[in-house]
Amino acid sequence: MNSKTLLSHPEGSEGSAAADTMNQFTGKTLSWELSNGVIELALHRDPCNEIGSATLSDLEQFVDALRGLEGQAHALIIYSQLPCGFCAGADLRELYRRSQEMARTEAARGVREYLERIHRVLNAIDACPLTTIAAVHGVCFGGGLELALVSDLIIADKMARFCFPELRLGLIPGFGGIPRLKRDLGNAVVRDLLLTGRSFNATKMQQAGLVSQLVGEGEALGAARATAAQLAKFDRDTVAAAKKFIKPIPYSELLHEIDIFCELFMRPAVEAGLRKFVESTDAQPYLP
Amino acid sequence: MPTSEQTLDEILSLASAQFKVPRDKLTPDDDFFKTLGINSLQALDLLTKLENHFGIELPDYELQGVSDFRTLAGKIQARL
Repeated sequence: MNSKTLLSHPEGSEGSAAADTMNQFTGKTLSWELSNGVIELALHRDPCNEIGSATLSDLEQFVDALRGLEGQAHALIIYSQLPCGFCAGADLRELYRRSQEMARTEAARGVREYLERIHRVLNAIDACPLTTIAAVHGVCFGGGLELALVSDLIIADKMARFCFPELRLGLIPGFGGIPRLKRDLGNAVVRDLLLTGRSFNATKMQQAGLVSQLVGEGEALGAARATAAQLAKFDRDTVAAAKKFIKPIPYSELLHEIDIFCELFMRPAVEAGLRKFVESTDAQPYLP
Repeated sequence: MPTSEQTLDEILSLASAQFKVPRDKLTPDDDFFKTLGINSLQALDLLTKLENHFGIELPDYELQGVSDFRTLAGKIQARL
């Protein structure tokens, strides 16, 4: 692995060969399967689907495969197989470790490259002609919430929690969260989420308009599958046209977000925030 | 509106059920992290259960420095 790259491609994921033509794939951090017109993307990187270099590499393979699978599908469901939740966000431990190994200018370049790769992946899912559903349980924090936000629908169980904790680290969301939140929610809710860094339960997020369906504990994937079955009734081209019309991708704001994030990342407050997170004695220091 | 003691009792029962710790092992002044054997993610689970049960919203930053059930009950009571 090239130690000079902040988050370089890891050496080979399992089952990576010919992923772009495979209806089924199992990688180190995620798997996917196409069945009955529904692509299910299952996240399974311990401890809580933290998005680092391995997940990014697997997501890039998924997006490559998605282009080939779209013609056979009408829906994409993204969910987590881990009990802790959907996704706890970026792999801050890896980010901190790699940034400490590099000179400042290299770290700055590496962060930008990492964000650009993440944005390419998330933009592709956001613009996908299929109807996309995030089935959320447990924690949906930071980069995890940004992954959910690229979906057309979020179905959450009543134990799910949503959060943008980035301010605690001296950062803002960098995976496209702010432009997408602005697209989906009223500005007052966006300000509350971002400026307090507090977590919101799923009931509150449904009231705010982010969560489409609120279901019982453990029932999010089942509800997502039932919704996907309903979607099979609709003409795919019509759905694609409707989605393109109603769901703008805020490309210029997304690029601006990358610029702001990269500028903030080089400040001492961020190194201090990351160090505090990494050195916490709690295995998962998610309380503010 | 429930009394503080009723709220406290409900919290202890909910925590007992959520984390499978016998109700009679929990007392109001226990450190719930130690007694329940939970980490911060599981503490958020408890918070969600309590918010859903009491129909309130309790910002998680209000849990800073809170580690016993009695103080937690006071925070919740203030939101009822």
